[in-house]
Amino acid sequence: MRQADAVNRELFTENDKNMSLKEKLISSFMAFENNVDVDHPVHDVRTEAIKNFEAKGFPTKKEEAWKYTSLNSLQKVDFSIFPKQQNALEYKDVKKYFLHEIDSYKIVFIDGIYSSFLSETTHDGVDICLMSSALTKPMYKQIIDVYFNKVASKDESLTTLNTAFSREGAYIYIPKNKMPKKPVEIVHFATGNEAALMLQPRNLIIVEENAEVQIIERHQSLTSNEVLTNSVTEIFAAESAIVDYYKIQNDNATASLIDNTYINQKGKSNVNVHTFSFGGKLTRNNLNFFQNGEYMDSTMKGITILGEKQHVDHHTLVHHIEPNCESHQDYKGIYGENSTGVFNGKIIVDKIAQKTNAFQQNNNILISDKATINTKPQLEIFADDVKCSHGCTIGQLDEDAMFYLQSRGIPRREAQALLMYAFANNVLESVRIPELKTRINKLIAKKLGVNLGFDL
Amino acid sequence: MLEIKNLHASVEDKEILRGINLVVNPGEVHAIMGPNGSGKSTLASVIAGKEEFEVTQGSVSLDGEDLEDVAPEERAHKGVFLSFQYPVEIPGVSVTNFMKTAINESRKGRGLEDMPANEMLKLIREKSELLEIDRKFLSRSLNEGFSGGEKKRNEIFQMAMLAPKVAILDETDSGLDIDALRIVANGVNKLKSKDNAVIVITHYQRLLDYIVPDFVHVLHNGKIVKSGCKELAMELEEKGYDWIKQEAAV
Ligand SMILES: Nc1ncnc2c1ncn2[C@@H]1O[C@H](COP(=O)(O)OP(=O)(O)O)[C@@H](O)[C@H]1O
Ligand SMILES: [Mg+2]
Repeated sequence: MRQADAVNRELFTENDKNMSLKEKLISSFMAFENNVDVDHPVHDVRTEAIKNFEAKGFPTKKEEAWKYTSLNSLQKVDFSIFPKQQNALEYKDVKKYFLHEIDSYKIVFIDGIYSSFLSETTHDGVDICLMSSALTKPMYKQIIDVYFNKVASKDESLTTLNTAFSREGAYIYIPKNKMPKKPVEIVHFATGNEAALMLQPRNLIIVEENAEVQIIERHQSLTSNEVLTNSVTEIFAAESAIVDYYKIQNDNATASLIDNTYINQKGKSNVNVHTFSFGGKLTRNNLNFFQNGEYMDSTMKGITILGEKQHVDHHTLVHHIEPNCESHQDYKGIYGENSTGVFNGKIIVDKIAQKTNAFQQNNNILISDKATINTKPQLEIFADDVKCSHGCTIGQLDEDAMFYLQSRGIPRREAQALLMYAFANNVLESVRIPELKTRINKLIAKKLGVNLGFDL
Repeated sequence: MLEIKNLHASVEDKEILRGINLVVNPGEVHAIMGPNGSGKSTLASVIAGKEEFEVTQGSVSLDGEDLEDVAPEERAHKGVFLSFQYPVEIPGVSVTNFMKTAINESRKGRGLEDMPANEMLKLIREKSELLEIDRKFLSRSLNEGFSGGEKKRNEIFQMAMLAPKVAILDETDSGLDIDALRIVANGVNKLKSKDNAVIVITHYQRLLDYIVPDFVHVLHNGKIVKSGCKELAMELEEKGYDWIKQEAAV
């Protein structure tokens, strides 16, 4: 069997249309090996990972965690695994995808390739640069040994697929007591140079003791050509570190994203992840928190506003491993037209993790008869002295509230938008970059298709 | 100005209004009284255009125009205002933002430009002072956690902001202490002119001491069973509704 596979690999070339995406990826791995240092210890990790992916393949709807999200149609697309040529973009053409109201560090990729022209990296007291440097340069070797692939799953198939091809992405290292002067934006553009392109960025973020960082991440396709991004981000927050991570998912209708984020937190640290899902074709967010310490706080918030046939699947996991910690989850969803949503929030409280406070809330509004949401809390609590609360609601807009607004002269459509805006907007309270808050507010108003009569 | 003819309305096949006739002219104040469940709030909602109620017969018209197919927001643009018996709580929308949206949408509905920001602020300041509303109050979420009295005062503040032609005040006096009642009544009276009209729905003479009605109507079982002048309200206060019910039964 193994041997047969090896033979197959040689027979297939990247352009073979009859190959399944899995086969294509596996055969591409050999081409990939020609371009990386196979003697580097990281390559052992990659080799291990491709074996796992080869054994597991893409997840199917038979697996509980993928019950409501099918990757079948994506696997039928003939994705290019490596972009064939380097592309350039003018800043003025893509300015609107940056939080240009403020100054920021920027790590920008075009079709998976670093764009030094659009980027602004730094080594001034902190490292805000490239994963490709971190994975190859000797000066980073010690850190890579300690952190690379240490919190990411070694058996989840899409994560291992990314690990196998890990070469490029953002590398951020904030030493003890440091805080970069400005937020970091990680932006991935797809230009549509390939008919269909698969991207696998790999990010590593290490925030040492009492250090702090704010990161905004965005994936943006600029054409209607198909894009599939399978991204893995590992975040390590040491004692008393603060990490604010904002994910803006407002991509084109032909772009799909599988986001795998793994966070390892130590005592008294504070990690907040906000996910704004407004665009894209299929989006899967796997957000995993591991609390390795006491007195820490993990926050996961999300606003999802979908229409057309969009699909977003939020899978969160918080593993409370030690006592006296908190986690807060608040996801709001508004589903219109034929859109579908999933929220699956898993909380594990280990036996010794007493005095855990774990909160989870998922509220949804369906504004179309054809939209659906599947929401499910999954609590596995082994400690006895814990406070866990969870709630999920699925509703329509309150007709009494609608009539109240209409009776004041606000047309039905605007009244709907105002109520939806109000419903979602409290999630923004914890956004700590005011310009970003304004920007998200505007995106919400735009997504809801209204020009509200007040300043957002 | 407002003309209601043989109005019948039902909800879920249950008839609640059974033939109401009422004409309200500019400059007039009408009081509608009547026992609980007689249909007062339903009448108010039907005038404001709540779609939950189905008009099965008769009509409501404003300035000669039948309102049958007119949406609630368009009725508001034409000058209908309802002060709710139970104002709805809207978390996440501040009083100020709500008011700005309402004003500008109403202006849009009338083909006007947005109100300039400074003019808006001036108007908000003026009307909140009239109703003795604290500044801080305006940045709170609409009606959320407001006391009964605060909700009612906020309703009249909205009325002052929107300057309607016909205002229906549905039990605006309930939940108000005597000082608040005076402030609210004073607000309503200040807004009164020969060009607009007010319909006051109440159980108590108390409010009518401040907002003096030209006509008093008694609603019972979905019909106006008695109309008179302001003395009728005093009589009702003294004797209750039983005699009316008996009269109506005959
Ligand atoms: N949405 C509704 N569904 C069913 N019954 C209703 C509804 N609204 C009002 N009613 C009924 O109609 C009658 C009149 O109610 P209402 O107009 O609120 O009376 P009032 O304001 O005079 O106290 C009551 O019997 C009430 O239960
Ligand atoms: Mg009533």
